[in-house]
Amino acid sequence: MPTANPISSVNDFVIRFANVNGSGSASANELFGRSILRMGVPVSPRNIFPSNIQGLPTWYEVRVSEAGHLGARGGVDMMVAMNPQTWDKDVASIEPGGYLLYDSTKPMPKSKFRDDINVLGVPLTAITNSTYTDPRQRQLFKNIIYLGVLSALLDIDPKVIETLIAEQYKGKEKLLSSNVHALHLGRDYALGNLKCPIGLRVQKADKVGDRIFIEGNSAAALGAVYGGATVCAWYPITPSSSLADAFTSHCRRLRHDPETKQAKYAIVQGEDELASIGIVIGAGWNGARAFTATSGPGISLMQEFIGLSYFAEIPAVIVDVQRAGPSTGMPTRTQQCDIISTAYASHGDTKHVLLFPEDPAEAFEMTAQAFDLADRLQTTIFVMLDLDIGMNHRLCRSLKWDDARQYDRGKIMTADMLQSGKDFGRYLDVDGDGIPFRTYPGTHPTKGSFFTRGTSRDRYARYTEEGSAYADNMQRLLRKFETAKDLVPRPLQANADKPTKYGVIYFGSTSPAMDEAIQLLEARGQQLDRLRVRAFPFHSSVASFIAEHDFVYVVEQNRDSQLRSLIVNECSIDPVRLVPIVHYDGTPITARFIAHAIGDHLDALKITPLRKVVS
Amino acid sequence: MTYVAKPLFHHPDLPKNKLGFTHRDYEGKVSTLCAGCGHDSITASIIEACFDLSIEPHRVAKISGIGCSSKTPDYFLGNSHGFNSVHGRMPSVLTGANLANRDLIYLGVSGDGDSASIGFGQFAHCMRRGVNMTYIVENNGVYGLTKGQFSATADRGSKSKRGVVNSDNAIDMAGIALQLGASFVARSFSGDKKQLVPLIKAAIEHQGAAFIDVISPCVAFNNHAGSTKSFDYVREHNEAVNFLDFITGRAPIHIDYAPGTVEMVEQHDGTVLALRKLNAEYDVHDRQAAMSFLHHQAADGQIVTGLLYVEEDAEDLHGHLNTVPAPLNTLNEKDLCPGSAALEKINASLR
Repeated sequence: MPTANPISSVNDFVIRFANVNGSGSASANELFGRSILRMGVPVSPRNIFPSNIQGLPTWYEVRVSEAGHLGARGGVDMMVAMNPQTWDKDVASIEPGGYLLYDSTKPMPKSKFRDDINVLGVPLTAITNSTYTDPRQRQLFKNIIYLGVLSALLDIDPKVIETLIAEQYKGKEKLLSSNVHALHLGRDYALGNLKCPIGLRVQKADKVGDRIFIEGNSAAALGAVYGGATVCAWYPITPSSSLADAFTSHCRRLRHDPETKQAKYAIVQGEDELASIGIVIGAGWNGARAFTATSGPGISLMQEFIGLSYFAEIPAVIVDVQRAGPSTGMPTRTQQCDIISTAYASHGDTKHVLLFPEDPAEAFEMTAQAFDLADRLQTTIFVMLDLDIGMNHRLCRSLKWDDARQYDRGKIMTADMLQSGKDFGRYLDVDGDGIPFRTYPGTHPTKGSFFTRGTSRDRYARYTEEGSAYADNMQRLLRKFETAKDLVPRPLQANADKPTKYGVIYFGSTSPAMDEAIQLLEARGQQLDRLRVRAFPFHSSVASFIAEHDFVYVVEQNRDSQLRSLIVNECSIDPVRLVPIVHYDGTPITARFIAHAIGDHLDALKITPLRKVVS
Repeated sequence: MTYVAKPLFHHPDLPKNKLGFTHRDYEGKVSTLCAGCGHDSITASIIEACFDLSIEPHRVAKISGIGCSSKTPDYFLGNSHGFNSVHGRMPSVLTGANLANRDLIYLGVSGDGDSASIGFGQFAHCMRRGVNMTYIVENNGVYGLTKGQFSATADRGSKSKRGVVNSDNAIDMAGIALQLGASFVARSFSGDKKQLVPLIKAAIEHQGAAFIDVISPCVAFNNHAGSTKSFDYVREHNEAVNFLDFITGRAPIHIDYAPGTVEMVEQHDGTVLALRKLNAEYDVHDRQAAMSFLHHQAADGQIVTGLLYVEEDAEDLHGHLNTVPAPLNTLNEKDLCPGSAALEKINASLR
């Protein structure tokens, strides 16, 4: 092993696995992450995967951070290079002094390595082939064997991994013992042939607590179950498909009548996104809580219906798991790029409510809340997830539910209310909040029925093409949007220890990287107050936060600083007061990137201007 | 003509149905369509069918897309909720509404532009899914509101009012519905109320995807020589395979048709269709033969009408999904929310 000033770090490093898609590496890699978690050390794993089923490169990155940093860090301290296709790039990405674990079965020319890294060769293929004959087994157990090697190199307690394997293969004793055997094959080789542990080590800690490890899509789907969704219509699109899949499996466990086994939900895979949102809107019109999960291109296709939901005032929930633009390839990479296309979706004058969860726990809470908001506001509510939160396991606080909580079904006029003579105008603002009463179809034999149209009706839903009636309605819709400001989750503000003239606004999956970036900036002596926006329309505190600072950075994961545009437009802010910090190459934003971009900008301000020449 | 209020009074001796309602209770606003429009005759047939069946008007949900035909739900069943949704998207909206509350009667009204052109996909997929509904296409072969462009059901070789000859092949909606698994398929003519009313009644009682293609001439843009959707053309080429007498309930059936010419078809809900055969060979239970017959007759320029296919024991989408009998929109927190104890278990499994 070359001695290249090895990185030495306990419970604080980044390891990346370079694999071939479809080789069964995902479960071994996930086992790796979980075993460290079980040792009480926080991890944040990220899948970087191709638009492919088999053959293309895929990476799995695990950040180990006892300090609890869950954002992507950038840089790789150890590379597990299992994919010849990406070897050169993978080796090049290792930090100086970092480690390379590779399959040394076939000798590699020296030119394929670097002098400033620590190379650890294990003849994985040779070990595998001498133990297993079945090609599929060879492939799968090779992954477990390198996991065994890593457990020795990084000092991971093998008992912890064995426990996890036992939990995974409960009742399948044969699989259990063969996996444990493979684990020890790798571990024993490493202990016998390599210096263990290396400079990177995992040490038992107590920093995980009762937090849970869950994908945002699964948490959001659980939020839909708890929030009372009964109709789900969807069309497959990465990265949102796993949300509908998770809703299906949650419902199978939690939503069947125990006696009759009948379903208290209906899930339809639509023929496209148009049908999906149409089904959601039909169900919402008829009083069921309904949602769809999609991504940017799906949002594009749904535009007409989203407008109908706005104008005809029909509750709907859309979970948008955002990702990079059209085609295949980049769409398996994360972005926060649908802010404008959702906020102002559709034709005519429209504005929509957006919620921005930062992690799976908020994805659960906000998705559940979205159904209350949709019923209360009688419009579409967007839950703005992204691939980074949606498709990666994330450590987050336990999910909580208050059993006393009741669903807010909004302003529903019942048969009794109609019978008692209560005045019903479908588009009549009875109490100034801009929200009218609605009736469910079939409520009363002679009262409360109306003909639903997008426009061209008066306050009592009677057909009219009068411009004044249209304008009257549009003004009411604005009042309703004002009402929404106090119903949606408020921004969360955290001030710097010392007073500062500068602030930063951010949202969604940027959260963990931002929190860490604040620490990095503090270390540079740079202080920032920060405001995490959690919803649109913006609460008044967004404008006041900006007013309280000389200028404010707006950090987001898209090219056009879309949230900044929305703030400028909706809060009438002078654009020069909002400095865009954007990251949009498809990788999750990192603390290093944010700290660098903001830090350099702040440094540039310190340059003392030349004294004015006094004439 | 919406400014003309419909008078509320009516003749005291108007006949009443089992629920005590008169025809007037099934009417809606005054139609704003052209005088003589075939669609208005279909509206009248829907009113008559609902009256005859003694349906509570408010238990019907009327859903349409956009177009002349899609305006008509405003002209019948004024005490029902109606939804004038998005062009070509009635089927998905109706599917969602049906999932939310399986207890209502769903009437989807659409046109040939709405269902065969822009909404062809949605039409196809709701048939495939077996949504329990009556889907009526008011088929005139043209776009009326935008002034007479051909739709996808216009026959090849037919001529527009401006003299343009249509070079595209026509979509046969009934044929497509058959192929996609609709469990009730019929075709009729707006000018033949005697044929149409019992078909609508049977479709409403049918517990599955019921489709009726109603040829409904457009008096403004498609009722000239050279059109294959004009009143004259349809009358000349109408080939009815059967005639339906619709019988509700399980009352003893007294039919005095000649033996061998009538077939009794009992639907899932106990209603009986007395099918008077006009074509002795035609079998309403043979999907493949029906498709073949339609294609064959179409090649000869004939428009086959009547009940084309029925599956007595159809299962609908709720059946496929095994949903609870209670409408999903009536379920509350107790039914739907698994609660904190279940959540704690889920949390524990994620550590």
